[in-house]
Amino acid sequence: MGPVPRGRLGVGGTLGHDDYDTAVTETALIESEVLERVLSAALGGGGDMAEVFAEDSATSGAMLDDGRIEELSSGRSRGAGIRVVDGETTGFAHTADLTEAGLLAAARAAASVARDGGAGVRTVALTSVASNGRGERTAPDTVAKDRKLELLGRADDAARAAGSAITQVQVGCGDSRRRILIANSDGRLATDEQIRTRFNVSCVANGDTGMQTGYEPVARTEGFEIFERFAVEDVARTAAGRALSKLSARPAPSGEVPIVLAGGSGGILFHEACGHGLEADHIVKDASVYTGRVGQLVASPLVTLVDDGTVLGEWGNFAVDDEGNAPARNVLIEDGVLTDYMWDWLRARKEGRKSSGNGRRQSYQHLPMVRMTNTYLLAGPEDPDEIVAQTPAGVYVKKLGGGQVNTATGDFVFGTTEAYLIENGRITEPLRDANLIGNGPEVLRRIDAVAGDFDMTPGTCGKDGQSVPVGCGQATLRITGVTLGGTA
Amino acid sequence: MSDDLLDLATSVVSRARPGEGMEVYVARGTDTEVRAYDGEVESLTSADSSGVGIRVVVDAPGEGSRVGFAWAGSLDRALIDAALHDARDNARFATPDPDVVLAEDDGVEATELDLWDDGVASTPMEKKVALAVDLERATRAADPRVRQVSSADYGDSQVEVALASTTGLASSRRRTSAFLSVDAIAGEAAESQTGTGFSVGRGPGELVPDDAMDEAVLRAVRLLGATKARSAHYTVVFDPRVVSTLLAVVAAALSGEAVVKGRSFFAGRIGEAVAASGVTLVDDPTDPRSYGAATYDGEGLACRRNVLIADGVLRMFVYDTVSARRAGTVSTGSAVRGGYAGTPSAGCRALVLSPGAKSSDEILASAGEGLYVQSITGVHSGVNTVSGDFSVGAEGLMISGGNLAQPVREVTVASTLQRMLQSVVDVGADLRWLPGAAAGQTVAIADMSLSGE
Repeated sequence: MGPVPRGRLGVGGTLGHDDYDTAVTETALIESEVLERVLSAALGGGGDMAEVFAEDSATSGAMLDDGRIEELSSGRSRGAGIRVVDGETTGFAHTADLTEAGLLAAARAAASVARDGGAGVRTVALTSVASNGRGERTAPDTVAKDRKLELLGRADDAARAAGSAITQVQVGCGDSRRRILIANSDGRLATDEQIRTRFNVSCVANGDTGMQTGYEPVARTEGFEIFERFAVEDVARTAAGRALSKLSARPAPSGEVPIVLAGGSGGILFHEACGHGLEADHIVKDASVYTGRVGQLVASPLVTLVDDGTVLGEWGNFAVDDEGNAPARNVLIEDGVLTDYMWDWLRARKEGRKSSGNGRRQSYQHLPMVRMTNTYLLAGPEDPDEIVAQTPAGVYVKKLGGGQVNTATGDFVFGTTEAYLIENGRITEPLRDANLIGNGPEVLRRIDAVAGDFDMTPGTCGKDGQSVPVGCGQATLRITGVTLGGTA
Repeated sequence: MSDDLLDLATSVVSRARPGEGMEVYVARGTDTEVRAYDGEVESLTSADSSGVGIRVVVDAPGEGSRVGFAWAGSLDRALIDAALHDARDNARFATPDPDVVLAEDDGVEATELDLWDDGVASTPMEKKVALAVDLERATRAADPRVRQVSSADYGDSQVEVALASTTGLASSRRRTSAFLSVDAIAGEAAESQTGTGFSVGRGPGELVPDDAMDEAVLRAVRLLGATKARSAHYTVVFDPRVVSTLLAVVAAALSGEAVVKGRSFFAGRIGEAVAASGVTLVDDPTDPRSYGAATYDGEGLACRRNVLIADGVLRMFVYDTVSARRAGTVSTGSAVRGGYAGTPSAGCRALVLSPGAKSSDEILASAGEGLYVQSITGVHSGVNTVSGDFSVGAEGLMISGGNLAQPVREVTVASTLQRMLQSVVDVGADLRWLPGAAAGQTVAIADMSLSGE
């Protein structure tokens, strides 16, 4: 398990493309005239709205594991999903065949739900409503593979150098380039090109008390220039340090304890405690604890929560959502008062309002639904060290892992991956991993201090079988009591 | 069966250059999903998808081989060509490794399984729609305490897979599945409790809508009035669905790949008593009742029955070809892959705990006092198969005098996986075949930490 033999990472010669069409298409995914005919055909049997969502994506990934470059993978996917909405019913079909014949077949399948048996010919004329243009980005497929692999090797070295107890290191990097096109029978035509890059390190440390793990990801909606923002060695040392610190960890306490969450520790608290519960698809079905509570105090007055797809470069950023709408900065909770929910086209239509730019889908093979983008708590006035100093006893959470929520009951969990005891206002012993459990509105009311050291972290949000990239952000804050699921 | 897919896989393999190893995995699927809400069809999805995954292995003389992978979400000729090109290019950059080889026939005979139900294709869409809509209506009407049914779904899929390689493997397999699921919300005003119920089968004819409805309603309604419980150590009795989820998580630690890379709490413990006596854990994809059943594994080798833990003693791990070579052993026919876009790795697909003699009621009676857990949350954030640390959110009912009593919510149960396996006091006779990598039955585990008030 030595370090990667650097000389073998690449082979000589140039890395240029040959005559295969491996790059993402640069021309229009589907011509406008074809789209107009397909949309007309989709409404040929009736229906209120038809939509074509076309996607052409290329992904690549590399993994260094156990000291070896084990796997480079590349993938291509190209296709279109067509939906027809008739009243409360949506028909959906998708195809990998982007020819007019393939699209028409999918349109007919999606239109099978329409019930009025033919509303006559509906002509669709498309107008482009959005264009992309977010400055220069270094597309991942223009970067030589050995430049990416060199980063993996450097991270592996740095992680192993962090301590002799580090016994295993896995370094992954990946990128994707996703071109999308959305056309609908309201005449909307929008396109976007989304480039995302991620880099992550996970380590195992082995000590007298067994093994512990540490993980650290970096991910942004950017190209290869993401690596100008941080040193891969720092990511590796953070992951390794997390595993090493837990070797001497004691079991986490059980029962209700005051919690101080570090700035940028994950922000998953808000994602689970109220983010999902503020998605309008749960609201319109009365399947959220936040249904009917706009205008009410649902959190501590220190809480102002925003979901914002416009934050350039963050993991949940895009120029148009997967229904062709521009993202927005949506204030969900202001000074503790619930101000609004997040909306996609379908749920907004039900309420006679506009989408808030939160209609997203994993791929052309999925229906869009209400999803978060970058969800964050606005920073407060306090000093983070002072918050700890004024906490006589509790738990300091440096880093959070994932979480899960039941939107109907509001009960949610989120896990720690780096946590310490607070004793007499000081951060002391490390604790083993555990989940915290609470009820959304209750926990949000118990936030009694928010600091100014704001930071964002990337994550993957799963809902109803679909995964999308999201950002979470928060500054150091204190919750007066949450149930910590330890064994001590 | 799947002959055109196997022909396609074979034709791509025939393009391998001299000295080049190649494995081509081709998959095609048809899915239907109907979601009902408020007496209507909320959405109806019908979709075909297909794709190819190509692994190329090239010699690095004296150092082993390098492997590269690429996939395409289409069977379009140009995209397959592009994937072949990318896989070859990717192989140039891998670290040479003497253990990187493609699987070769190991002489183990494949178990032919009939996992295909023509009813998936032949059942008219109207019938599938009616299954979902009727389930939603019936669940709403089943109990006055049910105030909402947030969705009722019917889904089915047909999957065909073929694999061919330059090492002479050529196989194809196919399977169908169908399910009904429903989410009920019980309660009035400030209180909501939720319950999910489902029914699964190889085809729509095997589905029992009333089972899904009854399960959802029971689970939601019996939690009404739930409160936090007092923090203490309890015997915890897990519902079969929870046990299925937990086994699928423990499976990660039984992967030979995790073991050989030092990422499993089971590493180095073959021959040791890792669980209470009476605990026998088998991964058996040759049992057609399992939803993970398969004739061939993800590298084209015959799937086989592997006894992982026998009467509490750890006997073996599951391996694919590469992890087996690294561990100095042979593949157990346990390569799994996440569809055409994933590479093979060692994993379990059909775990079953050998059933005990007691019914779930008898297990509750034996437990006397404790906590019955009907669902858990935070498995991904709270269960670590490297350290063994275990902490999940739970809801269920207290056990008092051997019977289910006061409902409980917003608590966690915690321990370590190592200690939990040693503390299994009962494995139920009520084995339930469930979707995913494991079946489940009622299991009681002593001395877990409940964290609540």
